[in-house]
Amino acid sequence: MSYILTLKNLELCRDGKKILRGVNLEIGNQEIHSIIGANGAGKSTLAYTLMGLQGYEKKGGSIIFDGENIAELSITERARKGITLAWQEPARFEGLKVRDYLAIGARGNGGITEEELKDALCKVDLNPEKYLDREVGEALSGGERKRIELASIITMKPRLAILDEPDSGIDVVSLKEIVSLIRALKENGSSVLVITHREEIAAASDKASLMCEGSILRSGDPMEISEFFKSRCIPCDNRVYPLKEN
Amino acid sequence: MARTKLDMISKEEEDMTAAYAAAGGNSEVLHNHEMSSLVVSGNKVLSANGTEGIVLEKKETEHGVDIKMTIKKGYKIPLPVHLCFGLIPKDGIQEIQMDFVAEEDSEVELIAHCTFPNAVKVIHKMDAKMVIGKNASVKYTETHFHGPHGGIQVLPKAYVKIEEGGNYSTNFSLISGRVGFLEFDYSVDAGKDSICEMVTKVYGKADDKIRILEKIALNGENARSVIKSRLAITDDAVSEFRGITEGHAAMARGHVDCMEVIQGNAKAEAVPIVRVDHPLAKVTHEAAIGCVDKKEVETLMARGLDEDDAIDIIVKGMLA
Ligand SMILES: Nc1ncnc2c1ncn2[C@@H]1O[C@H](COP(=O)(O)OP(=O)(O)OP(=O)(O)O)[C@@H](O)[C@H]1O
Ligand SMILES: [Mg+2]
Repeated sequence: MSYILTLKNLELCRDGKKILRGVNLEIGNQEIHSIIGANGAGKSTLAYTLMGLQGYEKKGGSIIFDGENIAELSITERARKGITLAWQEPARFEGLKVRDYLAIGARGNGGITEEELKDALCKVDLNPEKYLDREVGEALSGGERKRIELASIITMKPRLAILDEPDSGIDVVSLKEIVSLIRALKENGSSVLVITHREEIAAASDKASLMCEGSILRSGDPMEISEFFKSRCIPCDNRVYPLKEN
Repeated sequence: MARTKLDMISKEEEDMTAAYAAAGGNSEVLHNHEMSSLVVSGNKVLSANGTEGIVLEKKETEHGVDIKMTIKKGYKIPLPVHLCFGLIPKDGIQEIQMDFVAEEDSEVELIAHCTFPNAVKVIHKMDAKMVIGKNASVKYTETHFHGPHGGIQVLPKAYVKIEEGGNYSTNFSLISGRVGFLEFDYSVDAGKDSICEMVTKVYGKADDKIRILEKIALNGENARSVIKSRLAITDDAVSEFRGITEGHAAMARGHVDCMEVIQGNAKAEAVPIVRVDHPLAKVTHEAAIGCVDKKEVETLMARGLDEDDAIDIIVKGMLA
């Protein structure tokens, strides 16, 4: 098994506080890997650190992407190597049309056709006729903006898509569309690191990891990890190892 | 002799047509006789074409043109009226006096392009008086193109009176080329049940100076207005925004919204002023000045753009 991403002892501080405390993780090629864990465990922080956002420069350890340590690269450089991120709460872009936003990610692949634009919107269950010429701004609902952000990831065809809670703000009925979208990303050749609180999404993954207090407690079969989390960690008592172990 | 003059005019017309196209105008409309249009270069009227329902009078003056335009009562003009003002040489002065009346129940859309592609030392003054009659509707868009030198002063000034049930919306944009010095001064008196929307979008660079003063007095019951300003300034540009809305009547509703993005050494000041002297009127405001939103920039970078391209796309979106 070759890994697209390997994290070794990854550490990160924010305002003097250690948030990632030695994360070790391996993600295979075209693997859907979900990260679960309590609120405040450090899941979003891990996502931002992998993307190299400002203020998330690692303090220790390494990020090996496709055999190369990318920990010192800029966001743009990482993106051009094929890593991208969908935020838990997407940005608003006043005045930017959905079609132009979706085309941005495709620049690296030599542009995008009208058909591909429409197809990306259909995959997130938005009617292209209605949405292509709207603005990614105030006038869209939170759930619509999340879908559009996911569509912008589809058009980019990344090698590794990091999705931070793609299910949050999405109605329950549409949850299975998010699941099929994640599968579609995989079928198109992407590996997917998906942070989620939803069992349906964890269940659709190839592998899962449980994050607790800034490190990965356990990785393995998604159902098993999910069960372990439910039985040992809820309610979270904020200790590195769950107390309920007998 | 006469022949030379004709040649000169047609050369000027050609230059203006090219400049009009450079400013984003579709030059075909200026020669389409089903559409009303007016082309003024310096103090010369190069072409004027009125259609049914529009009375157009023009007088060349020492430094410009006096224009009187009336939209006759009840006429709904089906196609937009195109106006083009400009000056081709690198220096000069152009003063436009505009007397505009939209009579009762009339409806028109005016699209103006102001183009000064070679301006090094140019002054463009516009003094407009507009009356939007009872239940009349006027949409006015003004787009500027100034070229790369920045040696231009643009001084648009307008007084607009909107009568009962009238609807006036204006959109001023100066995004391409340098601003130079802009002093925008609009004042509106809004009557009962009228609607006024005023949008300004300006992109200032180098040592451009931008001053925007917009004032709307909601004098009539149920008059409604929005002042929306979107300014982006970079390098050493300076901007000053004053947006005043006064609520003087019952159910009058107004909102002032100014959003500015600054980069480099640019300096911005935004002052929304709301005055209300009727207990049933309500006027609100919001103003924000800041750098480009970090999350927006990082999102576009995470799609592979470098930082400068990301900022450029975000700023252009805001000004679109
Ligand atoms: N700038 C900061 N300074 C100090 N602590 C911070 C800072 N930013 C985040 N944290 C802390 O880091 C921890 C991890 O936050 P993070 O957002 O990564 O959690 P999460 O696992 O994504 O939670 P959720 O499930 O609620 O999204 C939290 O305890 C948070 O309070
Ligand atoms: Mg989070």
